[in-house]
Amino acid sequence: MPALSILIWLPLACGLLGAIVGLRSERVPGLLALLGSLAALGLAIGYIADYHSAGAHLQHVTDVVWIAELGIHYKLAITGLNVFLVGLTTLLFFAATLAANMRSWDRPSLFYFHFMLAESAVLGAFLAQDLALFVAFFDLMLIPFYFLIGGWGREPGRVKATIKLVIYTLVGSLLMLAAAIATGVLAAQQGGGHITFVLSSLQALPLSTGSQEWIFLFFAAAFLVKMPAFPLHGWMPDGYRAMPIEVLMVFSGVLSKVGAYGFLAIVLPLYPKAAVHFQTLMLLIALASIIYGSMQAFSQRDARLVAGYSSVAQLGFITLGIFALNEQGAQGALLQMVNHGLVVAPLLFIVGLLAQRAGGSEDVREMGGIAFRAPVLATIFLVVALATLAMPGSSNFVGEFLILLGVFKAKLAIAIIAFSGVVMASVYALRLFIRAMHNRVGKSVDSREISLMDGLVFAPLLGVIVFLALYPQFALHRSEGSVKSAVFEAQALAGNPHAQFHYFSGTASTAAIASTEP
Amino acid sequence: MTYVPLYSPAIATTHLKGPHVDFAGLSPLIALLGGAVLVLMVGLLGHRFVRSQVVPALSLGALGAALGLTIWQWNANKSIVSGALRVDDLALTLNLILIAGGACTVLLAWRSQASREAAHGEFHALLLTSIGGMSLLASAQNTVALFVGLELLSIPLYVLCATEMRREHSLESGLKYLIVGSVGSATLLYGLAMIYGATGATDFGAIASALSNGSLATDPLTLTGIALCVAGLCFKASVAPFHQWTPDVYEGAPTPVTAFMAVTTKVAALGVFLRFFDVALIATHASWGPALAVLATITILVGNVGALGQSSLKRMLAYSSVAQAGYILAGVVVATRLGVQATVFYLAVYLMMNLASFAVIVARERETGLGDDLQAVAGLGRERPWLAWPMTISMLALAGIPATAGFIGKFYLIDATVAGGYTWLGVAIVVGSMISLGYYLPVLAAMWMREAPAGLGRGDAGRSSASAPGPSGGPLPALAGGSPELDPGDELASAGASADVPAVPAVQTPATQPEVLAVAVLAGAATIFFGIIPQPLFDLVHGAGAALGLL
Repeated sequence: MPALSILIWLPLACGLLGAIVGLRSERVPGLLALLGSLAALGLAIGYIADYHSAGAHLQHVTDVVWIAELGIHYKLAITGLNVFLVGLTTLLFFAATLAANMRSWDRPSLFYFHFMLAESAVLGAFLAQDLALFVAFFDLMLIPFYFLIGGWGREPGRVKATIKLVIYTLVGSLLMLAAAIATGVLAAQQGGGHITFVLSSLQALPLSTGSQEWIFLFFAAAFLVKMPAFPLHGWMPDGYRAMPIEVLMVFSGVLSKVGAYGFLAIVLPLYPKAAVHFQTLMLLIALASIIYGSMQAFSQRDARLVAGYSSVAQLGFITLGIFALNEQGAQGALLQMVNHGLVVAPLLFIVGLLAQRAGGSEDVREMGGIAFRAPVLATIFLVVALATLAMPGSSNFVGEFLILLGVFKAKLAIAIIAFSGVVMASVYALRLFIRAMHNRVGKSVDSREISLMDGLVFAPLLGVIVFLALYPQFALHRSEGSVKSAVFEAQALAGNPHAQFHYFSGTASTAAIASTEP
Repeated sequence: MTYVPLYSPAIATTHLKGPHVDFAGLSPLIALLGGAVLVLMVGLLGHRFVRSQVVPALSLGALGAALGLTIWQWNANKSIVSGALRVDDLALTLNLILIAGGACTVLLAWRSQASREAAHGEFHALLLTSIGGMSLLASAQNTVALFVGLELLSIPLYVLCATEMRREHSLESGLKYLIVGSVGSATLLYGLAMIYGATGATDFGAIASALSNGSLATDPLTLTGIALCVAGLCFKASVAPFHQWTPDVYEGAPTPVTAFMAVTTKVAALGVFLRFFDVALIATHASWGPALAVLATITILVGNVGALGQSSLKRMLAYSSVAQAGYILAGVVVATRLGVQATVFYLAVYLMMNLASFAVIVARERETGLGDDLQAVAGLGRERPWLAWPMTISMLALAGIPATAGFIGKFYLIDATVAGGYTWLGVAIVVGSMISLGYYLPVLAAMWMREAPAGLGRGDAGRSSASAPGPSGGPLPALAGGSPELDPGDELASAGASADVPAVPAVQTPATQPEVLAVAVLAGAATIFFGIIPQPLFDLVHGAGAALGLL
């Protein structure tokens, strides 16, 4: 398999090439972007196929010293945690680029440049194995979206919406930057060696409880804003309303997952004591997100915001699973990350298609009876809606089941309240479907079947949804080892009864085992 | 007793010994100050071509010579002029930054109104003298040399600010700077005198050893002296609450001079902070450390909050430079080798970021009639991408976004503050960056997400440009490619102005001012380059850090 750097930088290279060539031609940037995202998708599928779950923790490692003075390495690797998220990213960007190619954009070379820069930055964030590199990619991935929303977003208020979104997110991200630097400095002072930000080295140098706590809070601020979680979701309605659908597909499908991935891959292994200390707080925030998001989702009139608030709720479930601090919860959370991305992207694309058939409006009250002349659209929508509400038989069901199983073991009361989120999910998903597709035909509705190109956008996404529904073990099996090692220390500290698993390739865990054993 | 005649050759050769002058060590300074004199003389020649083209070229030549001599003196590590100046890696690195800033200023001022009004020779002579003063300041090891350098830096700047004589704001800015700057210098001098009184020495090394023995470190005279020195130097570095002059002076001065002040004065002032506080006063670190840390925090807050909502780009950049001074001061506060390295690194990066945005403002000022208003850069992404991209990169770098050198600089500074035990100061830097997004992002929004204002006219309609007496030649169609620059004393001189009074230039597009475009593009490219491959800069500042002998 080629080096991981190629996977990361190929989309950006295609974007740059498209921007240069696009000065002459309007079609070329879009086609080049499509080619780039397709090539990245091919590479990602190759990495998934090539991943050995019984092998080393980090595979296909690239490790180059970037800034020697600050101990920052350009270190990339495939782990069980990010292999499927990388696949999800490339798949969603491919589908979104295909959808974008079906429209004509003003200044296409610039549009596709920003789109491809976003893909490269997100891939970098998932693959980074160095804390400073992760923070750099995390901050960087926001900037192309600032331009995409501000430059090509929908009126009214696209500029205000994008400034609000960026400021909200960067406030969190900058706090995370301070916390990350503090981690490196404090770890070096404790360990006595040169400063380093490589994750595996930092994991071997745990910080004191007091430091871990404030650093955890800063990281949590950044990730919770990204997801978004209940108190910090203020940017979401305006932001979602302003984005073009194709941009929203990747924003909702992929960017929120970087926050959840950050919790699982960075916060839990590096700050386990703080994770245990704040476990109840995080579970309560997750619960609040689930309830608030679901309640908002089933009272929204804007179809986009139904998807937006449902994302808040779904990411709440994912956070719940992560902070159950045991293997089942974490496995469920990781599976749900992939599932939610796979489901929300076609859902948003469908919202776009519904709007086209309802006289340009995304208001649910204007829709109705669209299924009559669009049976294929109706079928696809039904599959997506049932997946959203975690119908048994879908992979989302497996994910939610594992999450709730994990939380049940950790905190019973919260699990019981969280079950209501499952019920509410059915309410809002079916409400959207019925209001849009069935009952009386809306006033300005002019329904028609989806085109072949629309079908091409749906095909890969639905294919993977069905595949995972039939065989979720594919994802669960490969991620098992990495998830267990990520949760291991926090699980041990939380005193979870099933913390007997001793898998980890490193000396830190043996020290942790020695210290937690009575 | 043998009779020896008074003036015998034997006595003459044995008694007359001049001081040893290390010309090699002094050579960069000689190049700068000698160049100033040369430029002044050449500027007296009457021919217009000589004045407007040869003089700036000679300035660049002098700066190039100083650059070459600076590189020649690398690794010298010696004290010259009886220990008053020190030629070490810190001084030479700062020299490099100052020369780069000076060269870009010469390029920005090549076609400027200010240079014309100040009769090119005087303008460039003042510029070179000021740079000479900054260079002196960067190597000063003695309080007297410090003061001499400071005055040599400041007084030409007071005049340079006022060079657009027919514009009220320029004169106001020069006068304000003169008065406030003089107060600052006087305060500094008083503080230096008190330190002399307390320690009995003017040499930094002697002061350091005097303070480290005995109870002088907590003596009221010493502490008052230090406090007054802090006040005086903070005036120069525009650290709050001594920054009040900065917005008005930066806004009023001609834009090339603003760029010069914003960049090089900070480099020199913060460089002298490093030498004075981290070498001479290191024994009293426990006294001034927390005080400077608090000042830095206040500066960061005041600077960032003040820039919010500004519609004038120069005023916004003035407040932003106040905030940046706060960040850089944090590197001085920790008084460690890492802090010195981080400070010098950020100063180099600061130069690149600011020059990119100032160059774009200069280019746009000459093209539209809107001066430095935010509206002048509206729609720039579509109209002038070669100007829009450097400005974008500059704004993102100033905010500390990754892939730019500004991110690495901020990372380094926060690293130094946390390692030095001032974690809260690192958090303050981060909070400042958050607030700064509120004024950097609207500039990006204006350039890429809004349309250009309709009907952009000649440069003489703007607030920031000079207006000649008498009738102007009528408005040209908006952005009509620009006519070649009118010769001064041409048709517009009919209103009775003499041949020396410059007339209003025609609209200048980036194509007709390639040197400004070059500065913008180079600075922007350097910002991105060092954001991705920062190792060369790290190697450069490594020696600077070692020069002061801190831990």
